[in-house]
This record gives sequence, C-alpha cells and structure tokens, in this order.
Amino acid sequence: MTGQPDTAVPDPTIPDHFKAPHPATGTTRVLPGFKITLGVTIFFLSTIVIIPLAALIARPWEHGLEGFLFVLTDERVIHALALSFFTALAAAVVNVFAGLAVAWALTRYSFPGRRLLDALIDLPFALPTAVAGIALSSLYAANGWVGSLLEPHGIKIAYTPVGIFLALTFIGLPFVVRSVQPVLAEFEAEVEEAAETLGASVVQTAFRVILPALMPSLVTGFSLALARGVGEYGSVIFIAGNMPYVSEIAPLLIVIKLQEYDYAGAASVGVIMLGISLLILLALNIVQRMFANLGSAK
Amino acid sequence: MSLIIKNVNKTFTNFPALKDVTFEARSGEFIALLGPSGSGKTTLLRLLAGLDTPNAGEISFEGENYLKLNPRDRRVGMVFQSYALFRHMTVAQNIAFGLNVRPAKERPSKAEIKSTVERLLKLIQMDDLGKRYPSQLSGGQRQRVALARALAINPRILLLDEPFGALDALVRKDLRRWLKRIHHETGVTTIFVTHDQEEALDLADRVVVLKGGKVEQIGTPLEIHSQPSSAFVFDFLGSANKANGHIKDGIAHFDGFSAPVAGAANDGDYTLRFRPYEAHLSRTGAGIPVTVTAVLPAGSNLRLELKGTDGALFETQHSHGSEAQGFSVGDTLRLKPERVYAYA
Repeated sequence: MTGQPDTAVPDPTIPDHFKAPHPATGTTRVLPGFKITLGVTIFFLSTIVIIPLAALIARPWEHGLEGFLFVLTDERVIHALALSFFTALAAAVVNVFAGLAVAWALTRYSFPGRRLLDALIDLPFALPTAVAGIALSSLYAANGWVGSLLEPHGIKIAYTPVGIFLALTFIGLPFVVRSVQPVLAEFEAEVEEAAETLGASVVQTAFRVILPALMPSLVTGFSLALARGVGEYGSVIFIAGNMPYVSEIAPLLIVIKLQEYDYAGAASVGVIMLGISLLILLALNIVQRMFANLGSAK
Repeated sequence: MSLIIKNVNKTFTNFPALKDVTFEARSGEFIALLGPSGSGKTTLLRLLAGLDTPNAGEISFEGENYLKLNPRDRRVGMVFQSYALFRHMTVAQNIAFGLNVRPAKERPSKAEIKSTVERLLKLIQMDDLGKRYPSQLSGGQRQRVALARALAINPRILLLDEPFGALDALVRKDLRRWLKRIHHETGVTTIFVTHDQEEALDLADRVVVLKGGKVEQIGTPLEIHSQPSSAFVFDFLGSANKANGHIKDGIAHFDGFSAPVAGAANDGDYTLRFRPYEAHLSRTGAGIPVTVTAVLPAGSNLRLELKGTDGALFETQHSHGSEAQGFSVGDTLRLKPERVYAYA
C-alpha cells in the first residue's frame, strides 16, 4: 500500500464493459442522445422561433420609437388588437366548456358513431382554414341556410364580431378536446366510486374530485385554443367582413400594412401581438404550475 | 345478525360471478372473504357497497334493505386496493371529504370536522403528515389514509378490498396487526377481501371461502384450518401432499403402513392428502419411499422437497433442531403421514 493508485492495473471490482453514468444526466439510461436531441432542439428553436422573432423585434424601429408609438396609439390598430384578443378569449372560454362536454361524452359513454365523432373532432386541424371560413360564411351570411333564418329576427352573424367568434370557436375546439380526453380516459373509476361511497353526490364528485384533476389539461387546452385564435387568419377573413373599427382583426391589419409596403408598421403590430401573447402564455403557465403542484408538491 | 346476505346471484354478460351466496355477519364481526382471483369476492364487496346491483337475492343491514339504498346513503366505508385517494387534496382534506360533502343540515361544524381529522390522524399514526399530498406518502401510509378516510364517515360497515395487496411483506404484516387494533377500537362490522389465506386466518373472526362464485366453507379460522370441508379448501389453505390409499373403518391404509383419518370418511379408495408439517421422515422403516431433492430454510422451519419413486412430489416441514437436520440432498428416506384428510 503506497497510497499511489496504480492506473495500469484495472480495478477488479469494475466489470470490463462498465459504463459510468452520464455526467450531465446522471443516469445510464439506454435511450441515447442527450447531446443529439438537445442539439436538434436548439437548432430548430433558433431557426424557426428565436431568430425570426428577433428579426421581427428588430424591424419596427426604422422610424424610431416615435414611429412605433404612432402605430401603437393608432385607434384602428388598438381596435383590431382588442377584437383579436377578446374574440379569441371568448372563443377559448366557450371551448373549455364545450370541449370538456365533448371529451366527457367521447370517453365516458359508448354509443353508435362514437369513433366517427371522435375522428370528426380533428377536422378543424386538417381542413385548410380558408375552406372552413368559406363554409361558415356561406352558412351564416344573410342569404345562407342559417343566416337567412336569423336575418328576420335582426340577428347578424356573418360580417360581425360574432362571426369571428364563431370561426375561432370552430378552430379551437379540438385543442381542448384532445388535451382533456387522455386525462379523462385515465381517470380511475375507483376514485369516483370512493367519493360516492363517502356520500358525495354526482355534482359534488364532478366538481370536487374530477374537475380539479382535469384542471391542468383544461388550462393547457385553453392556452392552445387562445393562442391559435389570436393568430387565426384564414377562417376569419371570410366571415369577418373586415370592416375597420368593427370586424377587422390584427393579423389582417398586418397583411394590409404589408400590401401598403408599410413593413415597419406591420412589424410594430406584430411585436405588440407578440408581447401580449407572451404575457398571456406566461400567466397561463403560472396558473398551470399552480394546478400541477397541487398533489405533487415536493 | 346485523348483515344478512341471502341467495345473492350476480351475472356479468353470460358469466355467473356469484351463485346463491348466503351468509350473515354479527354486529362488530370481522369477516374475511377468501378465494382465488375470479372467485367473486370483489364482486360481492361491490354489491355490499352498492357499486353494483345483484340479479337476485337480498342484502340487508340491521333490518334495512340495503338494495334500496344508493351507495352514498349506505354509509359503508370502502377501502380499495389501489387506495383511490384524491390526489389534489392533502391527507387531512382526503379524510375530511366524507364529512364536507354532507348536506348543510347534517354536516358537522368546521371545528368538529377538524377534531375528527386530528383524531383519525392520530389513529393512523400520521399526526404530523396531515398537510402532505398522497404523492408524498409511501404505499403503506396511503393505505392508512384511505382507511382513515373511510372511518371518518363513521361507517356502519367497513369494506376492505385486498387493502394490502400492493404492499411488501413486512409492511403487510405491520398493517395487519394495526388493522386488528383499529377494528378492536372502533368495533365496526368489517368485511375483508383477500386471496392470502394467512392474512384471512390471522385477521378474521370468521372466514368465508369462495370458489367460482359459490360459498365453499364458512367457519372460524381454527375450523377452516383443522377441518377443511373440501379438497379445494384444503389445497387453498396451504401446501398439500397427495398419496393414494385405502380407507377401512376410519383408518387409511398405505403400502405397508397406516395413518389415522381426520374427520369421517366412507370405506374405499381415495387420493389422501396430508400437510407438510404432519408427516414424519426416517431412514428406515415403513413409509412412502422418497429421495430428498432440496433442503431449504423456511423461517422457523426447515423445508424438505422430496420425490417419490413414481415421480410424485412431496414437501415436509420440520423444526430446525429435529432429526431432519441430518438429511441432505440425494438421501433415500421413508415418508409417513401422521394424519391424512380424505375427500371424495
């Protein structure tokens, strides 16, 4: 025993093919590729998200802060932004309830046509949004099937904010359904039965036991539907009528500004939308984390 | 009799799960429903809780027809094998749930609920863990919370569905002793479902053995253990050695030796059964000729695995200090049962 470790002689207690845990992950998991997957993640995030967004943020300043503030305080811009965010918000709220009901029906009950219905949910994902827009506007226009029924009662849907709301509801529904469905399907029947034997009514079981468990997935669905709704363009422009100050959404305003070669102005609206969206998603993330922490707080 | 189960039948789409099940439980009695998987024991428990309805038969408790009551009106405390705790609630909120959902008129005051929760936390020895969430608890602790939650509603019957099934052997033993104490303290009529015969015999005042949806035997643990009513019950309760023999006048005759028969049996040829710990091994003399294939320690006993000349397998158990210590693998011995059971 000299106290000097002899590096030439391998430690007999370590098998030949021993592989030390990865220094970054601390595991010896079989699935490889921490470096590869992180590399791909950073590459794609950079090229698809971060660099374009940076370019967007760099764009509006050619007329200085003054130019940006001019766009920001333009009444037409403010109106379009408010319309975009409020209709998206309203549609997302409605979709939370509608999506929950749809997911509930699809997972809890078995009825003829359930699989077909389940497949139909994804249609708004697959359909080109312009097709959806044309279909909705022809239905709800004053001479359409539904619109002609509502017209005599003084209710106008197409070419009003209500029409925008309708299109966004159509577009957002699958996000909520697909977020909630797997969680609801995996919800243990025994937990509900336990609540029942403890004396809870159906309503109490729904509100105190099932809904809290679904909350994180509902928030996820709400965020996705809202984010999609804010940015939606194709399905909205057909049914909105696009009247400035009435039914003109922010994405359309960006397109209009681009067509007028007002690139800085378009980028300004884009940056404002980006900022508001970021704030909303951040807030929803915090809410999400609060719900997720319930029951798994370490 | 407080709990009466009479001629209960339950059929799941062409598959009979329970056939004519009848038994009664005294107030405060601890009954174990014992049987292999598929014997209908969990089905019966769910019928008692009201989570399923029987096709025919009666279930009543203290004169009240239970089949006419909703699960939430039966006031049964049900404990599931999977714990079925509410994950988004703390331990204390879980326990208080049954009290908090009562209609305003019957609901105890906030202070009363709090003191009930504290009393139950003490009972399950988790005084300091009321603010934890189920995910922060071990399996044994979760099951104790599930039991406290069931006890909080002051149940008329406590139903336990393989409550210790998912836990390891040491924790099971610990919880078993603890459950016994809880039952002693609360005195609530308890129905306990298990496929573990040791657990059933250890805990219950009476054991109901089920097989294929039918009651096979009902009795105290001692009765079930010493007088199994059928080959099924005998085999289910522990290892069984089998040997062919002939019974005449209550004595079983084998090739060159005989053994007393437990219980009464008609004369004739039988496949006779005997327990590993009711057999004697010797190097010479009369007995079934066997070869030792393994010598294994089994807790307080020494377990020997043996093979007959015709390939039949036997098992015996001896205390560590006995002459069996001298036997080793390959020895040729004589196996002589001390007592045999005969089933037609």
